[in-house]
Amino acid sequence: MACKFCGPKLSLCGLVLSVWGIIQLTLMGVFYQIGAVALLEDLPLEAEGGHHSIDSFVATVEAGYRQNAINCWIAALLYVITLVVSGHQFWMNNRSSVSM
Amino acid sequence: MGSLFRSEEMTLCQLFLQSEAAYACVSELGELGLVQFRDLNPDVNAFQRKFVNEVRRCDEMERKLRYLEKEIRRDGIPMLEIPGECPEAPQPREMIDLEATFEKLENELREVNQNAEALKRNFLELTELKHILRKTQVFFDEMADPSREEEQVTLLGEEGLMAGGQALKLGFVAGVILRERIPAFERMLWRACRGNVFLRQAEIDTPLEDPSSSDQVYKSVFIIFFQGDQLKTRVKKICEGFRATLYPCPEAPADRREMAMGVMTRIEDLNTVLGQTQDHRHRVLVAAAKNIKNWFVKVRKIKAIYHTLNLFNLDVTQKCLIAECWVPALDLETIQLALRRGTERSGSSVPPILNRMETMEDPPTYNRTNKFTSAFQNLIYAYGVATYREVNPAPYTIITFPFLFAVMFGDLGHGALMAAFGFWMCYKEKPLQAKKIDSEIWNIFFGGRYIILLMGLFSMYTGLIYNDIFSKSLNIFGSSWRNNYNQSTLMSNKLLQLNPDSWDYLQTPYPFGIDPVWQLAEANKIIFMNAYKMKISIIIGVFHMLFGVCLSLWNHIYFKRRISIYVEFIPQIVFLTLLFFYMVLLMFIKWTTYGPDPASNFNNDDPEIVKTSAYCAPSILITFINMMLFKHDENSRPVCDEVMYAGQMGIQKFFVIVALLCVPVMLFGKPYFIMKEQKQRARQGHQPVEGAAENGSAGGAAPPAHAHHDEDITEVFIHQGIHTIEYVLGSVSHTASYLRLWALSLAHAQLAEVAWNMLLRKGLMSTDFQGGIFLYVVFAGWAAISVSILVLMEGLSAFLHTLRLHWVEFQSKFYAGEGYLFQPFSFEVILDSAGQGEE
Repeated sequence: MACKFCGPKLSLCGLVLSVWGIIQLTLMGVFYQIGAVALLEDLPLEAEGGHHSIDSFVATVEAGYRQNAINCWIAALLYVITLVVSGHQFWMNNRSSVSM
Repeated sequence: MGSLFRSEEMTLCQLFLQSEAAYACVSELGELGLVQFRDLNPDVNAFQRKFVNEVRRCDEMERKLRYLEKEIRRDGIPMLEIPGECPEAPQPREMIDLEATFEKLENELREVNQNAEALKRNFLELTELKHILRKTQVFFDEMADPSREEEQVTLLGEEGLMAGGQALKLGFVAGVILRERIPAFERMLWRACRGNVFLRQAEIDTPLEDPSSSDQVYKSVFIIFFQGDQLKTRVKKICEGFRATLYPCPEAPADRREMAMGVMTRIEDLNTVLGQTQDHRHRVLVAAAKNIKNWFVKVRKIKAIYHTLNLFNLDVTQKCLIAECWVPALDLETIQLALRRGTERSGSSVPPILNRMETMEDPPTYNRTNKFTSAFQNLIYAYGVATYREVNPAPYTIITFPFLFAVMFGDLGHGALMAAFGFWMCYKEKPLQAKKIDSEIWNIFFGGRYIILLMGLFSMYTGLIYNDIFSKSLNIFGSSWRNNYNQSTLMSNKLLQLNPDSWDYLQTPYPFGIDPVWQLAEANKIIFMNAYKMKISIIIGVFHMLFGVCLSLWNHIYFKRRISIYVEFIPQIVFLTLLFFYMVLLMFIKWTTYGPDPASNFNNDDPEIVKTSAYCAPSILITFINMMLFKHDENSRPVCDEVMYAGQMGIQKFFVIVALLCVPVMLFGKPYFIMKEQKQRARQGHQPVEGAAENGSAGGAAPPAHAHHDEDITEVFIHQGIHTIEYVLGSVSHTASYLRLWALSLAHAQLAEVAWNMLLRKGLMSTDFQGGIFLYVVFAGWAAISVSILVLMEGLSAFLHTLRLHWVEFQSKFYAGEGYLFQPFSFEVILDSAGQGEE
């Protein structure tokens, strides 16, 4: 297939990072979707004093939760792609070193 | 079967081996690896030992093998690892065969190399000549070109013209020189020949191979035109000085073409011969590479056996060798079997004799460990090898070490990463070991793989208790706190308090770990956790130290130091318990006594209920300080009781006085008993002089006891004084030292929080979908920071502090650590260290 552009170490790093990223970002997405309070401080909210009623605050918070859930899943998807690429590079590196 | 509780029992044995059987028996013992030989000829020079010739021959063989290995490595031929079992040490007569083989191989290789070098030199000359012939063509053409005549004239000066009016015949030399030397060469020629020579040079594009150093060098072709013999000699001398090689170059173009063709054919021939030489060399090396590791092992084993045989004594009758060795008592059977096998193999008729010897020396310390326990045992030994038959702290370290690490590291996420790394190393143990990776750092991590795995697992547990995963809390069971404020209060206040003495707290605690609500309490989360973690640290510390003191009891019992039990162990336990264990009890009393009372419907002013509310909870530290100083503070909260339980003041005074009384017992008890013993022995010592004539055994019994040295009494006092001060002051300082468990876990939690807030949060702040891509990038950065700072740096730091807690706070309570390691004669150990020494 295509030539390899990563050495063995970089592809292994990418592999491990992708696995970790997929697991953690998927879980974070799930937690955002169910509205976990622990993640309340990690939401895109307007500046302090920007809310004039509790309802608008609650609406912003819920929108933020949904948005972040989707963002986390997008990032997880990107890490799936990284996993495939890194895995392929890693396999190619291993194969070439064995066939030597 | 030995146990890890104490080190193994060792016996000093004398071994009588018949000279013929000695080699085979030592070989068997080397394979077994359970015997430590003592050097019976310590004064003898290495060159005067009995088997020095054999050792020399082995060294020679090793040298030849190393030369072969270097050549094999140079060609990049893979050396086969030994399949299956290591080969056994060959018989002495096989040594001659091995020597002959190595000699032959070495000679062959040297010959091939020399030939190759000569051929390459030849090849280089021919190549240079080829380049010269090619380049000088250009020069000669230019020379013949009439348009250049002005240059010639100006160079040769006016005399040339006046001499004949026609272009003079010029002599020339052609050669090749290193490119770097050309400027200096030109300058030298110009100065020495006063500008009367003419140098042309052209670079050779392809680098040439220097035959001796195998480097690629760049050279240039030059040609020097001159007139007259004097200039010729001068030019030649300068060329010699600059180590330029001169070649005969014919003037006529036809001659040059002929020469060029001749040179080409010769180069082709040489190429073929060179190729064949290289092939031959390659074949020889490949054949050698198959067996070289095998040979290395055999030669090293032979050498090790002869080294060991050099330690033996030769008997008077010159027929047998005598050896003294330390042997684990439980392994005597195995060793006898090995010796019998050795004698059978050598075909000797006389069986070897293994005698136990009595000795007053300290035997070496030997602990039977497997791959799991050896890592923890090494952690202990790094500080000091256990005294012979002392209680071994290693089996407890297997649990306390990862646990104390986890208290400092407590994070579910980082613990999971560490556990995954440890698990991968343990799962892929065999392939990773076979790879023999060079890096020292990797070997350190790999050697501690079980420790890392356990540390990771325990950290996951404490992460669940602290409810901390990458600085966020998990709400698994539902928080026990509720918000009861109305909307207007929420809208108008930035920070609000939830009162546990009300229905804000559901009065049943979160089932496992810290309640997740605390993550949101940015104002007083740290204050709350501090109170919790500091108390936990002291509780763990006091229990750890009490356990250490209890271990010293086993030592006293085993070494039959009955006096020490009464005069050291009991005061130590009493001191520690009455002061610090009492403080621990106060902590538990405070936790259980003071709190909200839901039955009374909260905010009740009934004084009895107020007395057990959180308002009246006393400070343990102040209580403890007042207890030690016999101080009595004024009651700053009049509604509260001054005491936590009835009779507290009296009990505390009693505890302090008894604890203080322990100090003189520790200080003077042992020296007093030793003085008494010495006086008794002195009295008894006079009597055996009379009784020796009558009863030999009684007289024999007293001197050994007398041989037990009579210490100077002041030394005993000083020794005991140091120990007591160390213990008493140490108990305070070590208890406080355990607060590092709190400090490091606080630091870890804060670092994790900073990493999340400053880094990962930035990726979660976007309001549209490109945030996903940004999060993808930010996550990688956050992951890198987490691993490098939080897992690696903090992990290393917590490891170090746990080690210190074990070595200093725990082991100083009972561990003497004055032994020396059992280092058996083992081929495995020798081959491993030789293998590592190579790389």
